[in-house]
Amino acid sequence: MSTLLLDAEALYTDLVRGVRGLLKPDTGLVGIWSGGAWLAERLQRDLGLAGAIGVISSTMHRDDFGSKGLGGTDHTKLPFDVNGRHILLIDDVLFTGRTTRAVINELFDFGRPASVTLAVLVDRGGRELPIEPAYSAARMTLPREQRLRLARDDAGRFSFDVKGD
Amino acid sequence: MLHKRNPQLNSHGELVHLLSIEGLPQSVIHHILDTAGSFLSVNDRDVKKVPLLRGKSVFNLFFENSTRTRTTFEIAAKRLSADVINLDIARSSTAKGETLLDTVANLSAMHADMFVVRHSESGAPYLIAQHCAPHVHVVNAGDGRHAHPTQGLLDMYTIRHFKKDFRNLTVAIVGDIVHSRVARSDIHALTTLGVPEIRAVGPKTLVPGDLREMGVRVCHDMAEGIRGADVIIMLRLQNERMNGAMLPSAGEFFKNFGLTPEKLQLAKPDAIVMHPGPINRGVEIASDVADGKQSVILPQVTFGIAVRMAVMSIIAGNDAK
Repeated sequence: MSTLLLDAEALYTDLVRGVRGLLKPDTGLVGIWSGGAWLAERLQRDLGLAGAIGVISSTMHRDDFGSKGLGGTDHTKLPFDVNGRHILLIDDVLFTGRTTRAVINELFDFGRPASVTLAVLVDRGGRELPIEPAYSAARMTLPREQRLRLARDDAGRFSFDVKGD
Repeated sequence: MLHKRNPQLNSHGELVHLLSIEGLPQSVIHHILDTAGSFLSVNDRDVKKVPLLRGKSVFNLFFENSTRTRTTFEIAAKRLSADVINLDIARSSTAKGETLLDTVANLSAMHADMFVVRHSESGAPYLIAQHCAPHVHVVNAGDGRHAHPTQGLLDMYTIRHFKKDFRNLTVAIVGDIVHSRVARSDIHALTTLGVPEIRAVGPKTLVPGDLREMGVRVCHDMAEGIRGADVIIMLRLQNERMNGAMLPSAGEFFKNFGLTPEKLQLAKPDAIVMHPGPINRGVEIASDVADGKQSVILPQVTFGIAVRMAVMSIIAGNDAK
């Protein structure tokens, strides 16, 4: 599958269905900054879930701090108590799994969730850690050097930003 | 290789040491303040610690005593998961005749990753930065009368927090400016951040006229100095630094330049009052002002931890090359 054929809006429709199947009565959606946070925000609305979503970023727990330094500022904002909650992490693109590992550590700095599950728009393969999503709207294998990430226009519509094609 | 013109920056213009605010680009200052904002929220977590400096050793080298500053650096380093070693240098090696660079060489052999340096001689942190191993980072925690950059940065964080924009502010720095490295760091930072009016307020003996060369308005009259100000930074009267007869008495100073509720009325109604601490109640500031609703002295302390976390994590993540 070529990335050019990736229709982010169509995949989002699939993601809504997939996430609905993963919801438990007290699931809290937590979007991974930044693409995952946009998705979680829209999912919360489209699924009619109450309250605000959480946003989590990997800044404080990145494993490449030694070589790359501080990647940016921290955007983590968890407006609910994570203790005992079922947390559903949402991300746009799952690649090595390192960001997922970092945000799980970040999450546990706030308490002990009952469970943590992961749903993503695209699983692009290339995992370097034993991390698997419970749901992915698309799966493909991309060359390592190719960058793929979600973009959002002013009207809130999603598309993919592809570099190194 | 260090930046040719500014020894704090590497060839990419990234911060590898924090030695002085002088010469730091505005973008670097804003990056530090933005990063500090991230660390402020770490205090709200169950686990008030992040692992960025895990496995790194931070040595606090205080050649001049300062329990408060040393403690804030220690807290900041510990919240970044670093191992912190406090050395009371004033009473140990130097007293036995070891040179500054020999002390540093010995500590480097113990695998130090960062030195936080307080020294009574201006320029001591520069000397250490020039001679330490490339992977070692240096933070100036106050050198002589020269600079106290983390205090300057936390003051900027405080001003930005309460006033949002620097470009329309009048900031009055009041008191013992001649002995104050805080004042110097604040003036450099305020200038870089585009503050249009910076006033240095105090008696002629404590406010040198050459400050005008830094673009500062010098006021020897308190009323003139604080009238219409948005921010008032009170400085501590540094008794321990005053050798000559620069002042008739502390009481006389309070009468002329101490900040009282009456004098504070001259500033804007929403003016904030800052002080680097420790405060001398009844010498430079009245208790009613220090504890009043316009005082932001305690938020400064809280912000100071976050700013020091930001500085340490930024420099530790940047390569000397």
